[in-house]
Amino acid sequence: MNDLLAEFLRGYTANNQWAIIMPEIMLAVLALGLLGAEMVLPKKSHGLIPRLALWGQLFVLVVAMTAGSYIGFESKSYFSGMIYQTDITQFMRGFFLVCSILVCYLGHIYLSKQQLPKTEFYHLVIIISAAMMLLVQSSNFVMLFVALETVTVAFYVLVAYCRSSSLSLEAGLKYLVMGALSSSILLFGIVLLYGVAGNPELAFNSQDALNFDELRNFIALNSDNLLVRVGALLVIAGICFKIGAVPFQIWVPDVYQGSPTPVTAYLAVASKAAGFIVLLQLVTGPFMGLQGLLVPVLSFVAAATILFGNFAAVTQRNVKRLMGLSGIAHAGYILVGVIAAMRGVAWAPYAVIFYLVTYLLASFAVFGVMTHLAGSDDANQELDDYENLARKRPFLGGILACGLGSLAGIPPLGGFIGKLFLFVAAFQAELFGLLGISVLGVVISIYYYFGWVRECYFGNASDEVIHDVKAPFNMSDRVLLGALVVGTVIIGIVPAALPIIP
Amino acid sequence: MGHYDTTSLFLLAAILAPLIAGVILLFGGRFHINTLRAIGAFGFGWPLIIGLMLYSLFEPSLVGDYNFEMRMPTGLESIGIYLHLGLNGISMPLFLLAGTVGFAAGLYAMYSNAERLHLYLALLLFMLGGLMGTFASVDIFFFYFFHEFALIPTFIMIGIWGGAGRRSAAIEMTIYLTLGALLSLLGLIALYVQSGVDSFSLLELRQYLLAQPLSETVQNNIFALLLFGFGILVSLFPFHSWAPKGYAVAPSGAAMLHAGVLKKFGLYGLLQISAPLLPAGAAHWFPWIVGLALCNILFIGLVTMAQKDLKMMLGYSSVMHMGYAFLGIATFSIVGVGGALLMMVAHGLSVALLFMLSTCIYHRSQTFDLSKMGGLATKAPVLAAFFVAATMASIGLPGFGNFWGEFTIFAALAEVEKTRWIVAPAAIGIIISAIYGLRAVANIFFGQPKEEFEAQLNGGTIEDLKGFEKLPAGILIAALVIVGIFPRILSDDANRELAEIYPTVDTLPHHEVSAIPSKETHKEVSH
Repeated sequence: MNDLLAEFLRGYTANNQWAIIMPEIMLAVLALGLLGAEMVLPKKSHGLIPRLALWGQLFVLVVAMTAGSYIGFESKSYFSGMIYQTDITQFMRGFFLVCSILVCYLGHIYLSKQQLPKTEFYHLVIIISAAMMLLVQSSNFVMLFVALETVTVAFYVLVAYCRSSSLSLEAGLKYLVMGALSSSILLFGIVLLYGVAGNPELAFNSQDALNFDELRNFIALNSDNLLVRVGALLVIAGICFKIGAVPFQIWVPDVYQGSPTPVTAYLAVASKAAGFIVLLQLVTGPFMGLQGLLVPVLSFVAAATILFGNFAAVTQRNVKRLMGLSGIAHAGYILVGVIAAMRGVAWAPYAVIFYLVTYLLASFAVFGVMTHLAGSDDANQELDDYENLARKRPFLGGILACGLGSLAGIPPLGGFIGKLFLFVAAFQAELFGLLGISVLGVVISIYYYFGWVRECYFGNASDEVIHDVKAPFNMSDRVLLGALVVGTVIIGIVPAALPIIP
Repeated sequence: MGHYDTTSLFLLAAILAPLIAGVILLFGGRFHINTLRAIGAFGFGWPLIIGLMLYSLFEPSLVGDYNFEMRMPTGLESIGIYLHLGLNGISMPLFLLAGTVGFAAGLYAMYSNAERLHLYLALLLFMLGGLMGTFASVDIFFFYFFHEFALIPTFIMIGIWGGAGRRSAAIEMTIYLTLGALLSLLGLIALYVQSGVDSFSLLELRQYLLAQPLSETVQNNIFALLLFGFGILVSLFPFHSWAPKGYAVAPSGAAMLHAGVLKKFGLYGLLQISAPLLPAGAAHWFPWIVGLALCNILFIGLVTMAQKDLKMMLGYSSVMHMGYAFLGIATFSIVGVGGALLMMVAHGLSVALLFMLSTCIYHRSQTFDLSKMGGLATKAPVLAAFFVAATMASIGLPGFGNFWGEFTIFAALAEVEKTRWIVAPAAIGIIISAIYGLRAVANIFFGQPKEEFEAQLNGGTIEDLKGFEKLPAGILIAALVIVGIFPRILSDDANRELAEIYPTVDTLPHHEVSAIPSKETHKEVSH
């Protein structure tokens, strides 16, 4: 036993690879610790658990951000090519942590209105965060699949978390079926690629065909092979499920509506962002050789996604479905950035990340307001519930208006700069058709985003009370929501404030 | 970081002062009314004071360059965007226009009885800050940025304080204007990408594009984006339908700033950016501009004549007068474009005045319906005098700025064989505007009052203009008269600048319109 331990320690100190995934390990420990704390702590001090979750994650955030300074970060591969860290993955660590902190905070508000088990919620949110951090760092299909499944399985539970609500259960079932389907499609694609890349008769065949680098070399030389093409398309299709791109968007409205609002926000922001980073890494990495096939396919998908999302959102009255459908449209805009990256615009990945950050800030501001206004059943918030909100609760009204304005892309809010970057990148990649469609989409989106602001600032002159309960609204809520809006304004005016900028 | 000097800091202050005052007022729900007014007076007055001061410091010898330049990085350097401010002979008049109309609109708003006054003033201040920024920007990205920024407050202002039908009008106007703005943004990005200079600075783009013009097809395509994008913002026919509806329901402050100043953004963009940088594109689209502009003048002119609602009539008439500015730009001559610039300034002042006075009339008559008024002059002679003067100005009577604008545009059109025929239909427009303008005056102020209105008139509740209404109206009239009597205070610098930045005619492909310098610019151009 002692020998084993000594061996481990020797290996550990000689080649300290575990340290590079320290934030993920710490999150896993924190998540398990929460479950342990619930068993150990007496019932009356269970109020400590959310605090432990929040402060623990903040601590991890500090560690993650100080441990690897990501400005001028040197890209490096670890664990025999399982993990590949770049400045982007370093930044995304922070991104996911911020998301999970916000989700935990909103979850705290949400759970205080429900009769539901509490600790598991934080546990799952933190596990998802750790898994997403690994997901974007993976450079091997096995690693990618395992991390992705960890995320997905945890989401199955979270989506159906409100087990007293039939809508939540329905959403859970739909997400389960669709998620399992997409995972199997993804896996099928991976297997096809693995199989064909191991064929000894083909040039650059590899024994380690799940590794992105090996696969990249193989695909570059065999881009005409039918199995390669089918496999890559299946993998892309699997990812498109996760980001909610047409034609794999069908689950989005129902799942977004039924999930608890904080989980909806998590799905909308973090899960989508993870999908995009993976997509970005795939199309600029292993699938680089398939440009000729993937650019037209993804262009078509992006165009359809933008148009579907916007047109479908126009008629929505339920705000959660509206956020879901408009989120589809945003996925379409981001896809345009991904395509630009694929066509060789070197800074396009950073444009995508900038857009994701603006999307995070704006979406959480909107979801935050929604969480505050929700009653015990938060699946049925309608636009009518927001009538004259700005008169009754000017602060929440202002936050909502800024969040929606940023999503619509109005200066001086961050969303505008995000769109600007994407448009410039698309211009440089000469994607004129997609640009036209994006502009059309943005114009349509004005209708529903401003329609919502209109309800909130000048609804029909009725004086209905907003929903039932007035959520207790304390200082930290104000600070948090205010900070999101201030952040949106700051990166809208001085984009350099964001440490990773094109 | 960046470079700037003292005067350019004043320029920055003219943008920031209204914004800061606006942010303070946003949280001023519990302020005393006098505190609100003091903060408002600072925010509204400061840009005008700085505008006048900078005008006096304006250095004409810097033709082709900018006065009061400053350049600061904001984090977008990687795609060539800096906060680059400055004024040249073309932007100076509009900068002053924004300051003047902003001050008048602010004064009027501060003493209005709007509900939630602090929010109203704050939004108006945001709008003003955006406008000052738009005209002070050398960087075409910030030029766009500030415009969009100024646009959004109109949505909320129409929605909260607008008249009947405000909910749909607010959304319609915003969607329409966003479409126009995004098209022009695409055009600006296209200009940036195609030129390959890696800079959004108008100066650098101009230097580069004058030396190496873009190919004709590219110019045509980009010019189309800018023409129709800016065209929607200026209510070019057939993209005008938002304007009358929006202005009809907009509260007076928003209507004054929007119709008076914000709308000039598109024209300013055309004459400062599109036409000089893309001369071949301008030549290619010349027949389109003329055709659509004539539709603005004649077709919309006739529609204006048919209006029964005072505010709808004003809205349509402002759409109509934009046609003249388009014609001026289409001539591509210093005289014509300079005329368009004068026209923009004068029209901005007169339309703002008319919108303000129409609200004053409404407060007395409780209606905008022209057929339900009459004889108001007996009770409100000063109001009548102001309104008559403003109407005369907008028709283009000599002595007011509008006259010089229209006159020089006609002169430029008549100068060239090819465009001479346009003068005839354009002149018919003047007659049309005289008909509806004078008819409105007659219906409101003179003649036998209608029965219901007579009762109101005799009821004795109707008073003449009050001090807070006279002051802004007086400022606007005074500005109109000053521009009308001494147009050279604005046009000298402008023409010098135009002669510098517009490519000379013989370098243009397919363009027979020649630029014959006016008397005023003769000396400068002849070198």
